[in-house]
Amino acid sequence: MRILALVKRVPATGGRIGLTDDGRAIDTRYLGFVVSPHEECAVEEAVRLIEANGGESAVMTLGPAEAADQLRDALAIGVDRAVLLETDGSDWDPMATSAALTEAIRRLEAADGPFDLILVGNESADSGGYQVGIRVAVALDRPVVTGIKALEIDGGTARARRQVSGGWDVFELPLPAVVGVREGINLPRYPSVPGRLRAKKKEIDTTSPEHASAGGPTLDRLKLPVEQEAQVEILGNGPEAAPRVVEVLREIGVV
Amino acid sequence: MSGILVFVETADGSVDRLSAEALGFAAGLAKASAGALDAVVVAGGEEVASAESVAAGLGGYGVATAHLVTGDGLQAYAPAAWAAGVAAVVATGSYDAVVAPGSDRATEILAQVAARTGQPMAANVVSAEPGGQWRITRQRWAGSLLEDAVLDGAPRFMTVAPHAVAALEPVAGGQATVARVAAPVTDADLRARVVGRDVAAGAGVSLADAKVVVGGGRGMGSAEAFAMLDDLASVLGAAVGVSRVATSLGWRPHAQQIGQTGTRIAPDLYIACGISGAIQHIVGAKAAKRILVINTDPEAPIFRRASYAVIGDVHAVVPAITAEVRRVKGGG
Amino acid sequence: MGAVPARADVVVIGAGIVGNSMVYHLAEQGWRNIVLLEKGPLPSPGGSTGHASNFIFLTDHSKEMTAFTVDSARQYRELGVYDETGGIEVARNPERMEELKRRVASSTSWGIDGVRLVTPAEVKEMVPFIDESIILGGFYSPGVGIVDSLQAGTLMREKAQAMGALTVAAGVEVTGIDVVDGHVRGVRTDQGDIAADTVVIACGVWSPRIARMAGASIPLTPAVHQMIDIGPVPQFENTTKEVGFPIVRDMDTNMYERQHGTGFEIGSYAHRPILMDADDIPSIEASALSPTMLPFTKEDFDPQLEDSLELFPEIVGDESVGVKLAINGLLSLTPDGNPIIGETPEVKGLWSAAAIWIKEAPGIAKAVAEWMTTGKPEIDPHGSDIARFYDHHKTDQHIKARASEGFNKTYGIVHPQEQWLSNRPIRLSPAYDRHVELGAEFFEAAGWERPYWYGTNESLLGEYGDRVMPREAEWESRWWSPIINAEHLAMRDRAGLVDLSAFAIFDITGPGALAALERLCVNKIDVAPGKTVYTPLLNAAGGILADLTVMRLAHDHFRVVTGGGMGMRDRKIFQDAMPADGTAQLHDVTNAYTTFGLWGPRARDILGAASDGSADISHKGFPFLTTKTIDIDGVRTLASRISYVGELGWEIYVPIEQGLRVWDAIWRAGQPHGLAPVGIGTYAVTSRLEKGYRAHGAELELDFDLVEAGMARPTVKDADFVGREAYLKIRDEAPAAILCTLTVDDNTSKSGVKRYMLGREPILAQDGSPLVDAKGRRSYVTSAGSGPSVGKHLLMSYLPPDQAVEGNKLLVEYFGERYPVTVAVAGSRPLFDPENERIRS
Repeated sequence: MRILALVKRVPATGGRIGLTDDGRAIDTRYLGFVVSPHEECAVEEAVRLIEANGGESAVMTLGPAEAADQLRDALAIGVDRAVLLETDGSDWDPMATSAALTEAIRRLEAADGPFDLILVGNESADSGGYQVGIRVAVALDRPVVTGIKALEIDGGTARARRQVSGGWDVFELPLPAVVGVREGINLPRYPSVPGRLRAKKKEIDTTSPEHASAGGPTLDRLKLPVEQEAQVEILGNGPEAAPRVVEVLREIGVV
Repeated sequence: MSGILVFVETADGSVDRLSAEALGFAAGLAKASAGALDAVVVAGGEEVASAESVAAGLGGYGVATAHLVTGDGLQAYAPAAWAAGVAAVVATGSYDAVVAPGSDRATEILAQVAARTGQPMAANVVSAEPGGQWRITRQRWAGSLLEDAVLDGAPRFMTVAPHAVAALEPVAGGQATVARVAAPVTDADLRARVVGRDVAAGAGVSLADAKVVVGGGRGMGSAEAFAMLDDLASVLGAAVGVSRVATSLGWRPHAQQIGQTGTRIAPDLYIACGISGAIQHIVGAKAAKRILVINTDPEAPIFRRASYAVIGDVHAVVPAITAEVRRVKGGG
Repeated sequence: MGAVPARADVVVIGAGIVGNSMVYHLAEQGWRNIVLLEKGPLPSPGGSTGHASNFIFLTDHSKEMTAFTVDSARQYRELGVYDETGGIEVARNPERMEELKRRVASSTSWGIDGVRLVTPAEVKEMVPFIDESIILGGFYSPGVGIVDSLQAGTLMREKAQAMGALTVAAGVEVTGIDVVDGHVRGVRTDQGDIAADTVVIACGVWSPRIARMAGASIPLTPAVHQMIDIGPVPQFENTTKEVGFPIVRDMDTNMYERQHGTGFEIGSYAHRPILMDADDIPSIEASALSPTMLPFTKEDFDPQLEDSLELFPEIVGDESVGVKLAINGLLSLTPDGNPIIGETPEVKGLWSAAAIWIKEAPGIAKAVAEWMTTGKPEIDPHGSDIARFYDHHKTDQHIKARASEGFNKTYGIVHPQEQWLSNRPIRLSPAYDRHVELGAEFFEAAGWERPYWYGTNESLLGEYGDRVMPREAEWESRWWSPIINAEHLAMRDRAGLVDLSAFAIFDITGPGALAALERLCVNKIDVAPGKTVYTPLLNAAGGILADLTVMRLAHDHFRVVTGGGMGMRDRKIFQDAMPADGTAQLHDVTNAYTTFGLWGPRARDILGAASDGSADISHKGFPFLTTKTIDIDGVRTLASRISYVGELGWEIYVPIEQGLRVWDAIWRAGQPHGLAPVGIGTYAVTSRLEKGYRAHGAELELDFDLVEAGMARPTVKDADFVGREAYLKIRDEAPAAILCTLTVDDNTSKSGVKRYMLGREPILAQDGSPLVDAKGRRSYVTSAGSGPSVGKHLLMSYLPPDQAVEGNKLLVEYFGERYPVTVAVAGSRPLFDPENERIRS
């Protein structure tokens, strides 16, 4: 089977997010970049499914030239090929992003046949738009479900589970399909050193997509939320505090 | 007709909590834009009757017309079918905005409607100002950052960030006009659908749902030290979570990570052990009702979020608490 | 929350391994009311300690650094936080195998026993997952180990607290340091001000920023050290220890590898130098992991992955072993690679304890605490003394250039004479252009470009033939030329002109000058104007702090001349000794005067010609150890009859802007007499060794006294001076060692190549055992070099009295072989011209 994972390059944020002086971006001077965590799981899931079922996995991202790093991270854990839709690094809104991704998917599928499964992250860590995968699915007229934490492929059907209060909703989708996964669906592996060295040598299919006209929302500026401080009650120092702690646990009904 | 349409989900025969928040948000928009507040409820099969009563009761929230979408194909949840139903209602009027709660289902339904109608959507909105251009504020980075943005569209699609706006309390006796809408569901809309509900699969206490969570961070010092947290969690029936540093250092699996890129928890009590309280961790735990901090350093940022604190070395304090809980429980 | 005390006897800023060690040792030394300030959370505030690899390799070629390291390992062991895993430095090429032999020798010199060279098969036995086929061997050191540095810090803090000496305030940011009239008076924080007359900066990579608050300078730069942690490693699956195998240093790739629980840590000093500014380090809040664990830059590490894969294919090449953590860790680099400790020269009471690694932190903290308390650190810290820096050393450009250059030498094979290449030239003698014309090979000292030998003197090689003691082995020929020895012989035969611009020169003036100098100097300074005094300085324990000359130019005007290398450190010693009432002043005139040395049997003829007979320079008219004003080509100079080379001659002090004129005049006057330009290779090594003259940093260090050094004079002056009491006591006791000059009897190695020791090699008894004196000190070569006039390779070494017997036969170990040596002189009698007839001719 053929599986495509769509990923996004995001900064690995620290304890406090700082903003650039113009307030339009976060300050990434001291930050590394990673594959957005839900998408990291999408990549892992793609690799696992191909390991189990055979076939080819691919990873695609829309982002600046540096996003090749994140594609290599995916190649390092076993993805077969990587596609970079290179931008100038500016913010693309969800509609423009999904339009470019859709077009690139059509191009790849025209050349090598359809993807049985397109895996996306439930939402990106940074902008959290919750919609790119769905827009791609609607554009390609494929069934889609999001928030998935367990996935099985059974012939031409995907069985996907989403956690709901008190259990799981079990979805079925005929392939080809789009599935938005959530962290927890798997534990992404760390790349091995040989994997990393192999990834370094692989070619990345790079094109520069047309930036479709913006749909929005259109970013004006970013700001930090006002923090709320709680009034802390000190229950004691060291192990001697244990009885008082348990007293409180009883008061609030935990014990 | 201009106005605000709000998608409402039901739970146990009443408006669910996030929908009540969305109603509050939508009511504010309706007032600000001097338009009507309408709602859409989707129901199939056996749920239609109770959904109708919920729809009617939406009058108590100020809803004028409650569209009740029903029909074949809505027996089991299918995101595209639900979206088709909402899209049909959206198509009936020229709404300024369509608002939905920030739940999994509502978000994917609204995104599908936006995609089908070719309109933009903003997720996790916390405030919006109607006007020539609508100015919205929405959450990024799971709420650790806010974005001021302009949202255009006909209509404007928005989901409301959970727990960011007050839930609307209904006025007793208010009745909305219930308008039945037949869902125009196609076979293609039913390709992805719920085929069953599995209650057994969530064995153990899931981090996201746990009433009590015991968390550990860098202050634990080693992978081995987490055993004492497992111990405390087991006597409290709690789940164990960890900070990002603990996963980065390889002490614990990623799946246990609490934080903006990990699991978000909402327990009655979060016991944070040896966690300094980096913002990205705090955003994952901010829905906790109470936080008990155990840390040597009373200056750690997490103290600012704590309800209770024990100052001391986790390696000594945690086993003492575990023993005390055991003693109390054992002694009845 | 977190209000700080209003007063403290001492404030230590920074609770990494250094600050924690400092508060413990200060408490041990009797300090109370110590306040430890830390901006971050405890126990891991976010500095370099938090990401340190925590292993300790004991052996360094530097005696000082090894002593600090060995003492630190001892302290860690006593705290119960040291896991002795052993360690192996492996060699991939023959040059490294030679270097490893040198490490065995240094281990013996510094008293680290049990080390040995091991074969690839032996390495494989100890480290089963290594590919032994790509190594030639290793240097095994059983005392190498891993320390839990966070736990060590916590324990030391707790000990200080248990003594009732310490208040710890974490989460407190220092916002300023109050300095009044050049003395620190308090620390300002975001949670209140603390009045304190003593402050220690132990802030690691942030130290420059904190020092700047007080107007002081701690010249270090934060720099990246990359490391990754891979795992879980199947071979370590059942491990119960953090480390069950020796730590491996892959020296030739500048990397180390060690087990880390079920993981495997790979660290590198091979990547490009990545330097930062202290002000650019992110805050704790803005950091993803910690302020000193920055995002990993993969591309810099890729070549290291290949190297590591080659050495450890079973682990690194295992597809199931993942890269769990990869960071660009920050550490501190300094312009010369040494730590920065001691009281800042700019601000009294403000101390630095910075640029210190885990392996040496408790040892250094102990020394600094002793220094702060009694002025008597047990280990001589002069190589790390913050006062050693000249202003140019403190510039950002210099720090960055030298830190970059030094970084990749972390595991390098560094020749003892190796010169820095970056940021040169800095200080130029007025005769610099002449040196260039004469083909000088320049070595750097205190920033000065000093001719070490002159290329145009190659013509002398024919004259002296084999007397120049040509060298065959590449190692000893590096940074050396037989021309040095030819210059030496030409000076002894005729005359040599030496540029001594690197001298540091201070004028001490005023009515209180004499008293201040008497208080500092061992020898009597109250001599007639026009006389020169050579004198050591001691610390309170009687250890040798410095040696220098003092010229009395007038009743209240003294000129101190000392070597450039320790010039700034010595200036601080004198500056600190100036009376508070202002009756004596120190003027640093280093940059006002240049100095030329003119020595040799023809020196008088040449000086006479150059000065046109204007002054009486006969032996009677211008006796040894006197000074006189002499005019040379219309320039008024100060001539000082003195010698560090054992020849008749003078040091000539010239206003620096007229220096070239005087050089040229002497040069012209010298040509009929066969005057040769002579480099520092002769001045600082060969001629002084033949004369048995001692040098600071080699023979003269705090752990030796004047009796041992053979420098005790028959009487001790009445006036009190620093160290007098201790010195008197030492004189009454038998010395534990005696400084000797040894000759190498046969330089021929097993392969037939003649080898010449360069210094720091162990001296062994005939049976090959190391010599240990009553104070536990090993005998090692303090200085080594050619003795062209005596035809022998010369060594100096402190020997136990029973071995310090002239004619005694011993051995010296050099690159794994032993060479026979003979004690030629026990004591300070010169080997060449023992009656000093030449000097007094």
